[in-house]
Amino acid sequence: MRKFALALAGAAALTVGAAQAADEPSLPKVTWPNDGVFGTFDRASLQRGFQIYKEVCSNCHALQHLHYRDLGPGGPGGGIGFTDEEVKALAEQAQVTDGPNDQGEMFQRPGRPYDPIARPFPNEQAARAANNGALPPDLSLITKAREGGARYVFALLQGYTDPPPDMKMGTGMNYNLYFPGHQIAMPQPLSDGQVTFSDGTPNTLTQEAYDIAAFLTWAAEPTLEVRHRMGTKVFLFLLVLTGLFYVVKRKVWAEVH
Amino acid sequence: MSDTAHPAGGGAHGADPSRRDFLTLTAAALGAVGLGSVAWPFIDSMNPAKDTLALSTTEVDLSPVAVGQRVTVVWRGKPVFIDHRPPEEIKKAEEVDLGELRDPQKDSDRVKKAEWLVVVGVCTHLGCIPLGQKDTDDRGPFGGWFCPCHGSIYDTSGRIRQGPAPANLAVPPYAFGSDTTIKIG
Amino acid sequence: MAAAPAKQKSKLVGWIDHRLPIFSFMEHELNEYPTPRNLNYWWNYGSLAGIMLVIMIASGIFLAMAYTPHKDMAFDSVERIMRDVNYGWLLRYIHMNGASMFFVVTYIHIFRGLYFGSYKEPRELLWIIGVVILLTMMATAFMGYVLPWGQMSYWGATVITNLFSAIPLVGDWIVTLLWGGFTVDNPTLNRFFSLHYLLPFVIVGIVVLHLIALHQHGSNNPLGIDRKGPQDSIPFHPYYTVKDLFGLCVFLLVYAAFVFYAPNLLGDPANYIPANPLQTPAEIVPEWYFLPFYAILRSVPNILFIPAKLAGVLAMFGAIGVLFILPWLDRSRVRSATFRPLYKWFFWVLVLDCLVLGYVGANRPEGMFLVLGRIATLWYFFHFLILVPLLGVFERPRPLPTSISSAVLKGAAAPAMEK
Repeated sequence: MRKFALALAGAAALTVGAAQAADEPSLPKVTWPNDGVFGTFDRASLQRGFQIYKEVCSNCHALQHLHYRDLGPGGPGGGIGFTDEEVKALAEQAQVTDGPNDQGEMFQRPGRPYDPIARPFPNEQAARAANNGALPPDLSLITKAREGGARYVFALLQGYTDPPPDMKMGTGMNYNLYFPGHQIAMPQPLSDGQVTFSDGTPNTLTQEAYDIAAFLTWAAEPTLEVRHRMGTKVFLFLLVLTGLFYVVKRKVWAEVH
Repeated sequence: MSDTAHPAGGGAHGADPSRRDFLTLTAAALGAVGLGSVAWPFIDSMNPAKDTLALSTTEVDLSPVAVGQRVTVVWRGKPVFIDHRPPEEIKKAEEVDLGELRDPQKDSDRVKKAEWLVVVGVCTHLGCIPLGQKDTDDRGPFGGWFCPCHGSIYDTSGRIRQGPAPANLAVPPYAFGSDTTIKIG
Repeated sequence: MAAAPAKQKSKLVGWIDHRLPIFSFMEHELNEYPTPRNLNYWWNYGSLAGIMLVIMIASGIFLAMAYTPHKDMAFDSVERIMRDVNYGWLLRYIHMNGASMFFVVTYIHIFRGLYFGSYKEPRELLWIIGVVILLTMMATAFMGYVLPWGQMSYWGATVITNLFSAIPLVGDWIVTLLWGGFTVDNPTLNRFFSLHYLLPFVIVGIVVLHLIALHQHGSNNPLGIDRKGPQDSIPFHPYYTVKDLFGLCVFLLVYAAFVFYAPNLLGDPANYIPANPLQTPAEIVPEWYFLPFYAILRSVPNILFIPAKLAGVLAMFGAIGVLFILPWLDRSRVRSATFRPLYKWFFWVLVLDCLVLGYVGANRPEGMFLVLGRIATLWYFFHFLILVPLLGVFERPRPLPTSISSAVLKGAAAPAMEK
């Protein structure tokens, strides 16, 4: 919305807009294969990202709009490249409360592909209690719910530094260059060598941040690729149709002009 | 209505123009009343329903709240802070020079009884819930509340003193039922 | 005459038409309907708006089949549409961006009317019905934006419904009535869904009136002069059907660019965070199409005994209110700005003014934005209430062509076509 207003109000407005952004540094210029009009996901990157989520993020953050099945070929947009067997095995690692059974009692069972991905905390209060009052946000829409999207996630994860000497930090808070207000409750989650990728990709902080941002982009909109592909077809169709109607219009109007 | 359009009837049927106008008017007025009466249930169905109304007020028993203790109650889904203020807190709140306040308000305008402060516990900046209800909380330099989100600091009257918040903590409508109970809402 | 073509077609058509004259009606109003021969592409936006209405209703009906209007389920049901419902993401992006496209074409349609004087005698009622459509559209769009129950949905609804509390005496009563509770809550979401489903069909009804009024005297045209005879008109079909279809294709290219490649560009990221009554977002900003009005709302200070809040609300509604009386504010007998050397310039100043208001509306009313907002608000009302009546008296219009066909043949319509 802001962008649209800027575009409309033109150059005079732009100078004003620039003065406004003062506090947070601008996000690093980085692109993902899924960017752009023809962008598609890099499945290997998504799987590395999911591994990071599973090993690190999932200790505090949920992915509440995602199910195990979404990761497999039957998921929206065709998943992140896991086979049905892999999805099944993954789901079975989780214990899910089900019921009530014939005795009227709830019971535990291994997860199935149709179950939502297991959450770290049963409710908001539990999450706050375990995190010193702070609520770890759900990550399934995080790249759509933050200004800057994947680039913001990428920058934030690498934005931990020491606070400037004149800044008074709240107890348990951490300084982050890119977080609005710079005080973030989450301690630095990723670092060099934090995760060992099964495909042998170097596990630098930058690589980890890149892959988790890619995965979260997918998680926020698994149908992105499908959308891009359909867009191409629709555009080709509309261009031809527009051309045809232009010719027809010229022909019909020839006698009037 | 035009009388000439009708045959000039005489006799017992009594086509007296004024009486007929009166009858028409009465009928029309009564019809309007009927329409209005039918409309009201439709409009009133949009007003808060009984289950909603049941949650619109909160009664709080203050007797267990010791001097210096603060409790939080929920009213219409929002936290309400109740502070049983000790005399020194009251004194501090009353002595403040209104000139140094961002949102000038006398302490006496914010309380019904000086020892009981009742405010909505939602920071007027971005709606976070300030700390200070527990003795162990950081209450900030003015001894009131401290919002951990962006560092707004409130005094013992719930008035904004430092930080980004524009206004004092809101005072909800409430009344004392007896000396030790209040009804909020 | 009208029934003649129907007779030629088939006995069945003739039989029906004799009892229910829909075929001769369509023949008369869509096929042979005489239309000025010199309409330019700015006349495409009316039919585009009509098509947008159909697209919105169609996509909306199918979305409603998968949507749940409950505060605990609304957000999740929208995400389910995006992920699990077949082509749900497409329907939602069509609907979401369709709202923006609908307003784009409607605003252009309105400014077209302002430039070419389409609101003047004998089309005053046509214009007023159009303004009623705009108001109904705004109400519909506002309530639709609440339905996903994201942070901006919730807080936008809170801010806008709270405007009614500015009404003296009954304000608070009205707000409670609108909410069905003491804050924006589940009853509010429920009734907004109900009304959001209803109002588009009300708009359809008003659009029919709009068209009846239009066909009474026919379209205005870029020269703004009345048609003198048959040489000034051409039948609607095939000339304008094919022109509208070509314009539709170009428009759909733009629309598709948003839907497929930038579906969230015009939206606010905060609306992908579920509504939280305990946490206000950093900035509450309406959708772009409401920004100029939002700017006016926030620009107005206390005026005499009227508090700023009430004054702002009055000014905001007044901004649309002046459009109702515009046909009587503008005393100029000349319709088209092509022949009004001064009005033409002030028209573009007004366009710029509205863009500035939109830009101000996207920012907090502080410092420069407050000043800019006040100036732009003043200019908006100055334009309609003072400038337009004065221009009608003091402006010397250029000589009008004698007829549309003579102007077309001499090429005098060229400057108008540029516009």
